[in-house]
Amino acid sequence: MGEILKKVHNNRLFWPLVALSLIVIFNIIFVNDFLKIEYKDGYLFGRIIDILNRAAPLMIMAIGMTLVIATGGTDLSVGTVAAISGAAVCVVLGGNFNGVPNYPFAIAIIAALIAATIAGAWNGFLVARLGIQPVVATLILYVAGRGIAQMITGGQIVTVYYKPFAYLGGFLPGLPVPFSIVIFAAVLVLTVIVIKKTALGLLIESIGVNSTGSRFSGISVVKIKFLVYAFCGFCAGISGLIISSMIKAADGNNAGDAYELDAILSVALGGNSTSGGRFSIGASLIGALIVQSITTTLYALGVSSQVLPLIKAIVVILICLIQSAEFRNKILGLFVGERSGHSEKAAV
Amino acid sequence: MKKLQFNSKFVPMLINILLFVMLFSIGSLKYPSFFSLQVFFNLFIDNSYLIVLAVGMTFVLLIGGIDISVGSILCLVCMASAYLVEVSKLNPFFVMFLMIVLGALYGLVQGCLIQFFKIQPFIVTLAGLFFGRGAAAFISIETINITNKVYNDISDYKIYMAGDSFIRTGVVIAILTLGIAIFIAHYTKFGRAVYAVGGNEQSALLMGLPVARTKVLVYTINGICAAIAGILFTFNIHSGYSLHGQGMELDAIAATVIGGTLLTGGVGYVIGALFGTLTQGVIKNLIMFDGTLNSWWTRISVAALLCLFIIIQRILTVRRESKKVKELCR
Repeated sequence: MGEILKKVHNNRLFWPLVALSLIVIFNIIFVNDFLKIEYKDGYLFGRIIDILNRAAPLMIMAIGMTLVIATGGTDLSVGTVAAISGAAVCVVLGGNFNGVPNYPFAIAIIAALIAATIAGAWNGFLVARLGIQPVVATLILYVAGRGIAQMITGGQIVTVYYKPFAYLGGFLPGLPVPFSIVIFAAVLVLTVIVIKKTALGLLIESIGVNSTGSRFSGISVVKIKFLVYAFCGFCAGISGLIISSMIKAADGNNAGDAYELDAILSVALGGNSTSGGRFSIGASLIGALIVQSITTTLYALGVSSQVLPLIKAIVVILICLIQSAEFRNKILGLFVGERSGHSEKAAV
Repeated sequence: MKKLQFNSKFVPMLINILLFVMLFSIGSLKYPSFFSLQVFFNLFIDNSYLIVLAVGMTFVLLIGGIDISVGSILCLVCMASAYLVEVSKLNPFFVMFLMIVLGALYGLVQGCLIQFFKIQPFIVTLAGLFFGRGAAAFISIETINITNKVYNDISDYKIYMAGDSFIRTGVVIAILTLGIAIFIAHYTKFGRAVYAVGGNEQSALLMGLPVARTKVLVYTINGICAAIAGILFTFNIHSGYSLHGQGMELDAIAATVIGGTLLTGGVGYVIGALFGTLTQGVIKNLIMFDGTLNSWWTRISVAALLCLFIIIQRILTVRRESKKVKELCR
């Protein structure tokens, strides 16, 4: 019994899952009809479905962000890249009142994804090829990106009246679950196949642990880092499509706002080290669900969207503190120092 | 040989000064009213807060750290002082003092989290960025205008320099801050410790320098600078609003980097912060005089300029490193 308990306890997904369960329990008690799922006109409705739908863009971003953080980097620009992608898709479709798109839907999606991937590749070029610190390299796009999005839309909010555009962030006819969840599942499956079936995952971890060492052992660090940042941009682009589809418009200023914090928070909340190395995409996804549930819960409790970052910032710091070995030794050691020492001896 | 190495340290700053003169000349040739002493002084007046932000940021970059929270500290200071002065009716000077204490505390806490709990600077200050903005929105989501007489008097006060050209109180405060910072960085024990930590933290530790104290103090100084910048910003803008200073962290980092401070730490001069800010100011002016470009072009061009300077820096450091390797191999 003790053995099993210990195994469960040591699993890296244990604490994130505990946190998620706590939030769910909190919601069941305090939010009306939290668990209720209705089946209406062939579609599923309910708070949980809503959370999943809203979490989809964040989870897709978190997949890309996990890989970037695993290489020991970070990407502050994911929110603005989402805005760029949203702007691109809306401009290509055009804001025609009669609902007729300027160009076919497929071309609009491809254009948006190419724009986002180029943005990511630009970050990758700065970080991998020129060796600029990731924070600064991606900070450039973090600030300039919204300007680029504005430039694409000509400084206006382009509203799209083309009906199928709403499918991305809503329901596809005949599919009971939101389409965004299907998109997310596709991205996840593809990524996991590439990461697990090839050595790529291992190489990324190796770069995160020791970049110089990896280079000397023959890993093409520059190429892999470049690819990872480009992929992160691609993921942010898909999120941008979903986000802009949800509001059926391109909003260069606000689309994807503060998503970079949420994405980094998701990765950290899942228990991934923020300084690179071993990573788990599953953990990040649980993290993203936690973030989205917190957001939804706080909205349900009437907290304004502008105050929300305050609470999230505190959560980020608390999580980082708990992850920090120094903190555990210094502060927690004061309370449980003797007991933990004892149990360690017992384990030996 | 030695002379060449000495020069390479100055190169980014020299390029920057050259760029400034060039941009100012372009403006003067293109727009008739551009070339005047007042336009030059306006660069200082409009960017006094940015000079102070860049000064604080110089210290942070010198130790090889980063702080992306300064924009929202500035925002929080604007909002808090607007609230305290207008709603709580506190004494304006007491409020300014409180704000500096707030900035110092903000920096101190961030510094401690970074130094003692080994959390990455960018995560701590990213949290700081969102915390500041959230806290400002928590105080009020609406704009609070400052109608207080003291604030208005200070911001309206003109100091005539030559003929009709004038500067404002904010400029004096900014230049004073710059002067003190230059003194601290280049003429004190603490300043030498900052450079040593930035150059090589391990060596600084082995030399017996107080590394932890230096780093925490640097973040505290940066917090104080951000608070002073916030006060100067309220002089310019007379209000508190939770979206003030968005993206300003990039402006501050860009000013510092354009001014020749290396992102990797240990190399740079505080005076570079001034030149970097002025260069950005000229770009803003050029875009304003043009009139057809919208404000987003400022951000994009500042970002492009930052990029250019980072690349110049990289080329210089890579050259220096390869030279070192060659010498070692010989």
